[in-house]
Amino acid sequence: MSEFVTQEIISAGMGGQGVLKAGLLIAETSMKEGYNVSWIPSYGPEMRGGTANCKVVVSKRPVGSPIVTSPNVLLAFNRPSLEKFEQSLKPGGILIYNKSLIEIEPKRTDLKLVPIKATEIADELGNTKATNMVMVGAYVKATGYLNPEKVKEEIKHMFASKPQFVELNIKAFEAGYEAAEEIK
Amino acid sequence: MEKVMMKGNEALAEGALRGGCQCYFGYPITPQSEVAEYMSRRMPELGRVFLQTESEVATINYLYGAAGAGVRCMTTSSSPGISLMQEGISYLIGAELPCLIANVVRGGPGLGNIQPAQADYWQATKGGTHGDCRMIVLAPNSVQEMFDFARDAFDLAEKYRNPVFILADGALGQMMEPVELKPFLEFDPHKNDSWATTGAKNREPHVITSIHLEPEEMEEFNRHLQAKYLLMEKEEVRWEEYQTNEDDLDILIVAYGIASRVCRNAVDDLRASGIKAGLLRPITLWPFPKAEIRRFADRKIPILVVELNMGQMLEDVLLAVEGKTLVDFYGRYAGIIPSADEVVRKAFDTLKKVGK
Repeated sequence: MSEFVTQEIISAGMGGQGVLKAGLLIAETSMKEGYNVSWIPSYGPEMRGGTANCKVVVSKRPVGSPIVTSPNVLLAFNRPSLEKFEQSLKPGGILIYNKSLIEIEPKRTDLKLVPIKATEIADELGNTKATNMVMVGAYVKATGYLNPEKVKEEIKHMFASKPQFVELNIKAFEAGYEAAEEIK
Repeated sequence: MEKVMMKGNEALAEGALRGGCQCYFGYPITPQSEVAEYMSRRMPELGRVFLQTESEVATINYLYGAAGAGVRCMTTSSSPGISLMQEGISYLIGAELPCLIANVVRGGPGLGNIQPAQADYWQATKGGTHGDCRMIVLAPNSVQEMFDFARDAFDLAEKYRNPVFILADGALGQMMEPVELKPFLEFDPHKNDSWATTGAKNREPHVITSIHLEPEEMEEFNRHLQAKYLLMEKEEVRWEEYQTNEDDLDILIVAYGIASRVCRNAVDDLRASGIKAGLLRPITLWPFPKAEIRRFADRKIPILVVELNMGQMLEDVLLAVEGKTLVDFYGRYAGIIPSADEVVRKAFDTLKKVGK
């Protein structure tokens, strides 16, 4: 596990891709691991099929503002999200992007790039909806401060009311973790 | 106790439920609609009343009716919606009716936007409504306090027979944070029977009104209200201090609500650079912790006020300080929350003004 740095995360994509849940899973697991956390969604004049995002802060000290303007991690689920938030990433930040839906390459050269074929991996496992868990898997690998077993426990907890989806989501998480492992 | 992740709006609703709220009236408006959404599910579960009204004007008058019947009741809204309720708030105060009103503030003026702001400070604390009106105004700065303050609000309202007001903001309403859900409060449901309209069988009718046509009578009633306000000022001032123990503090930051969280981190950062910074966070915005702030002014410690508006609480700090020390201001607005770095930079600027 790597040394912890304060995580200021933006998880962004299309409505329905599970970007909010991805952020919540990171926040909930981090909370149970003893970190201070906050989670806040984009809200207001959003439309079905439009963009959605959430901001997550994970910190050893109390969280000040929950609103993240310069993230050190971006989870970009689709191209508009990459285009909207790439420039806001801090130098040296981590850019995890869904290669299945983003055909362009990031412009920044001062970032750690983690391209993941998240949608394709989820499709191979049988359900596009697990794309977000693939992305979280990549996040956990790329940041290295969370024990993947704890995340899996949280997935079980999160899907307690829909137990038929637990296995799929855990598999998707593991697949994302492994895919990120292959990136140097 | 185990903590759960919860949205501020939902925590406020759950807190009110556990504080004994029997009736919720509301009309949707961003960024507080989750309160009503949550209540629409939970209130029927508990056999209590949830009602989505036809407008904010109707809402506040439903509240007048329910509070007049001695029932624990509440509403929530956001800035423009609270403006629409102002007439009714004066009637509630004039008729001495306890209830809870919460404003999850958004950017203004006018339709403004739906992002977090603190620009309704004046409206909440200076009597946004007509007549000599005061309410206890509580300013939470966490999801936990959204829960706690809502849970305690009804006891406080009944203690004074006056509405209690919670002034939050869009960030506190929308964000999720770990919260410990304390148990349901026990309270006496017949506590208000001595004045409420509970049915006049075998007794004289109780009259709930705010009309006093005779000037002498109205003046006397206002004296009675003033006595209550004085008692609130004496007994209900709440505030919190962080890193304020040294006699030779370099700078005191005063901030409330979401801004106070950023300032707490700024205090840590300033201290890391060798500046003895402290934070005073008013928890009740009315009654305002005047005497507590004056303590620092008496020692000539420069004060930096940070708000998500153009300088509203600033005026209360200036009144408390009585010109005894420098008071500087930093505000961001329209949904922008300053970073700790910005506050630190501004604090250095303030220190320069006093030659440090």
